[in-house]
Amino acid sequence: MNAHAFTFCGEPLQALGSGALFWPREALLVVSDLHLGKSERIARKGGPTLPPYETQDTLQRLADALDTTKATTVICLGDSFDDDAAGQALSDTARATLSRLKAGRRWIWITGNHDPGPLDLGGEHRAETTIGPLTFRHIADAKPQAEVSGHYHPKARLRTRAGTVSRPCFLYDEIRLILPAFGTYTGGLWSSDPALAFMGARALAILTGPQPLAIPMPR
Amino acid sequence: MDYVGLMRVLPAPLDHWFSAQGWALHPHQREMLARADDPATLLIAPTGGGKTLAGFLPTLAELAEAPKAGLHTLYISPLKALAADIRRNLLRPIEGAGLNIRVEDRTGDTSSTQKRRQRVDPPHILLTTPESLALMLSYEEAPRLFAAVQRVIIDEAHALAESKRGDQLMLALARLQALNPGLRRVALSATVEDPAALAQYVAPHPAPCAVLTADPGPDPDIRMLETAAPPPWAGGGAAYAIPDVLAQVRAHRTTLIFHNTRAQAEIFFHNLWLQNDEALPIGIHHGSLDRAAREKVEAAMVAGQLRAIVCTGSLDLGIDWGDVDLVIQIGAPKNVKRLVQRIGRANHRYNAPSKALLVPANRWEVVECQAALDAVRAHDLDGEPRGDGPLDVLCQHILIRACAGPFTAEDLYREVKGAGPYARLSRAAFDDCLDFCATGGYALRAYDRWKRLMQRPDGQWHLRDPRSTQAIRMNIGTIQDTDTLKVRFARNRGGAPLGEIEEGFAATLSKGDTFLIGGQIVRFEGLREMVVEVSRDAARKPKIATFNGTKFATSTQLTHRILAFLAKGDWQSLPNHTADWLRLQAEVSDLPDAGQLRIESFPWDGREHTCVYGFAGRNAQQTLGLLLTKRMEDLSLDPLGFVASDYATLIWGLKPVTDPAPLLTLDALEEGLETWLNGNAVMKRTFRASATIAGLIERNLPGLRKSGRQATFSSDILYDTLHKYDPEHLMLRITRQEAMRGLIDFGRLKEMLERIEGRITLRRLTRLPPLAAPLLLEVGRVPVQGMARERLMEEEAQRLMAEAGLN
Repeated sequence: MNAHAFTFCGEPLQALGSGALFWPREALLVVSDLHLGKSERIARKGGPTLPPYETQDTLQRLADALDTTKATTVICLGDSFDDDAAGQALSDTARATLSRLKAGRRWIWITGNHDPGPLDLGGEHRAETTIGPLTFRHIADAKPQAEVSGHYHPKARLRTRAGTVSRPCFLYDEIRLILPAFGTYTGGLWSSDPALAFMGARALAILTGPQPLAIPMPR
Repeated sequence: MDYVGLMRVLPAPLDHWFSAQGWALHPHQREMLARADDPATLLIAPTGGGKTLAGFLPTLAELAEAPKAGLHTLYISPLKALAADIRRNLLRPIEGAGLNIRVEDRTGDTSSTQKRRQRVDPPHILLTTPESLALMLSYEEAPRLFAAVQRVIIDEAHALAESKRGDQLMLALARLQALNPGLRRVALSATVEDPAALAQYVAPHPAPCAVLTADPGPDPDIRMLETAAPPPWAGGGAAYAIPDVLAQVRAHRTTLIFHNTRAQAEIFFHNLWLQNDEALPIGIHHGSLDRAAREKVEAAMVAGQLRAIVCTGSLDLGIDWGDVDLVIQIGAPKNVKRLVQRIGRANHRYNAPSKALLVPANRWEVVECQAALDAVRAHDLDGEPRGDGPLDVLCQHILIRACAGPFTAEDLYREVKGAGPYARLSRAAFDDCLDFCATGGYALRAYDRWKRLMQRPDGQWHLRDPRSTQAIRMNIGTIQDTDTLKVRFARNRGGAPLGEIEEGFAATLSKGDTFLIGGQIVRFEGLREMVVEVSRDAARKPKIATFNGTKFATSTQLTHRILAFLAKGDWQSLPNHTADWLRLQAEVSDLPDAGQLRIESFPWDGREHTCVYGFAGRNAQQTLGLLLTKRMEDLSLDPLGFVASDYATLIWGLKPVTDPAPLLTLDALEEGLETWLNGNAVMKRTFRASATIAGLIERNLPGLRKSGRQATFSSDILYDTLHKYDPEHLMLRITRQEAMRGLIDFGRLKEMLERIEGRITLRRLTRLPPLAAPLLLEVGRVPVQGMARERLMEEEAQRLMAEAGLN
């Protein structure tokens, strides 16, 4: 499994190359910002008709992550759907795939700014949830403790001898951990963006990809 | 001059004015008047031959005799600046002859008040660009606005026909022709290699189009600049020639100094000023500079205040700069036809020879310049047929048509086939494009509820959501701007920007890095709200800014001339330094020849290098680089990247290539092409361009840019998703087609493979061979996303962590 093992607030965690977070002690998989149904929402608003395959692709990658980790609990950290209507408009195939993934697992939907309403998809719906020492919510709090969140879609670059590489990334410091967006149709926000300046001085970025890598968070 | 003949065709007021000026019409101008009723005419005339006036004479004559309200003539040119210039020139005879003719321009720079007024009360003559015309046609009132149009003048038709802007224009004209079947067209062009093909391109299909050729005037006076210092072995700056260039500037009234790329123009300008002890007034002009900065230079030029302008293709066309008496071309010209057109920029007086000097930037380019000079003297112009009109432009046209109101597929298909480049469009291809515009055209029919275009019960197509029109209109055009960021002084917020740099280049900058823009060295301070903030810097060695700008491949014809020239072995026409350089290459390795593919392999700067001399032009050499590095990755040779020039591809990596056989069999290449095509950067770049034109990606979403980049995702993701789930989708078919004839240029790769008939020789060397040296300094390096890169990333991550004390 391509994963970067690290310790956050005393808990050994694994940042997966796909952008998912795995907590072995709890057999818990966390993914953030799936943005399912994004292409549908854009078309609905009169925009271009993007390739309508991102839901299928995102769920397939989620299925792969569940297969490798054998997780028994899943937390979707908000913005799971591009908007509530996109959640309602989910195709039958996508619903069936989701049900299959949910079968035999505890599944927690955290509310995001894109998907405020509870959906008729089963599972638990929460504004936030706490498991052991860790609290899971969509947007980072101003003064959190051991918090895992999403929302910002962080990405970072690394300059190498052979040129610059940019990748979605995890960000973490002593008190908070921010996940990259897991959804296929998602962009990123540079870790150097002022919106992320609240991260602690010794924060690290874990770049996703075939071999996840930790670097000091680029400011 | 036949005064009586002139009387017959020019109305009295114009005739009087012309004779009062002591002007006589050229024969081709009279011929244009005589042919005023032809459906289409192509006039080929050199610069300074009164070409534009020739195009307007029938309009002036018709309007002088019977002025009617409403739009009579549309003039379309590729340059916004040209419209303003032409307007000034037209007003002279109009006001001089006391004619009641209104001339206005309408471009992206025209104010919205003015545009609104023009839609209600159009002038007699409207000067515009292909994009503005397309936009006007997207409005519901288009039929009323264009109801009276009699004539269209297409200026610089040769330049338009080389790009998708021309294809878009021809579609727009087909629409105009449908609104107005009696519309007559005049196309004006510089010298081209195949006038009949251009005539077919600009004429309404299947109408005939006569080709008028004006007297081309005397042959140009063109030579290579003799310099005190020899050109370097490598490099593209031509800094060695600056004292000699300055001497030429001093000896002439006004000199245009052309460069092939914006980056080169910037560096040359910077170096020129370091040596310009007399402070000769010399300006710089290129497409990445801020508009205000460009206009200042243009005005100074017109006022005769500048002795020279360092410029790029942005000055290739049109505007009459008055007293230019010398054109200097820095760097090899790549293409004989463009060189001839550029030379024509000197001396706008008809029937005087233009004077031009070629300045090769390195010894290799000396050979290329020599071959180009031979071709110019032999009147041997190059050019490759353009092929049928691309479908991405057609998709955009369909969306524009939908903005203007409902239409039937039959009518639109018939209309579109009236455009020269789309004369052979099949109904099936048209239907595919229509389906793409309506539903996205996906195998998964996901958009039945949210179609962009809906069909009414009477069969007419219309836009489902009126909100779409805004986005479609904002997306009009086929020019690909890569994402650029404005550059501005940090202390001077709100002051005029200096210009723009590519976002990709901005991403490589760290605080304190210096780069050149507008001829000055600036220091990168930071990025604030999508603006690159800089401060002045006294550094002498700036980083090189990469500007987007077309890199033309050396034409097939010119590369053949070069190979033939090398094979001759008689290099007397070359300066000694270059002949010696070629001899040195022949000594330590081999000279390239047409009959085989030569490969050199050597270590350099801690990495292994492989240089493949294919002579297939930049794009095909780039494709070769992509295919070979893919093969090398498969064979665990750890390639890291490559760079292509017009004559060779240089690949670097961690291991040496010692046996080319497994890399370069024709079968392996062709097979590699299929699989490789799908995942590489060139395809993604092509996809991005085509998908933007076709309306799948919106480049100008109102307000989106400001809200930060988190909201947008890269077009690469769309490409990967489509490729994975819908590989036969129209957009991917268009991308493959475009890439094959554009950036991939597989045709020329095939030509090369057929030429060498499997003869490949590899030479292992211990040091850098002379011919390969220039490649080390080529820009446009392409990284290989392979395992070697992952290893280097790991290395760098460990270093950074250790440095931060975090390991």
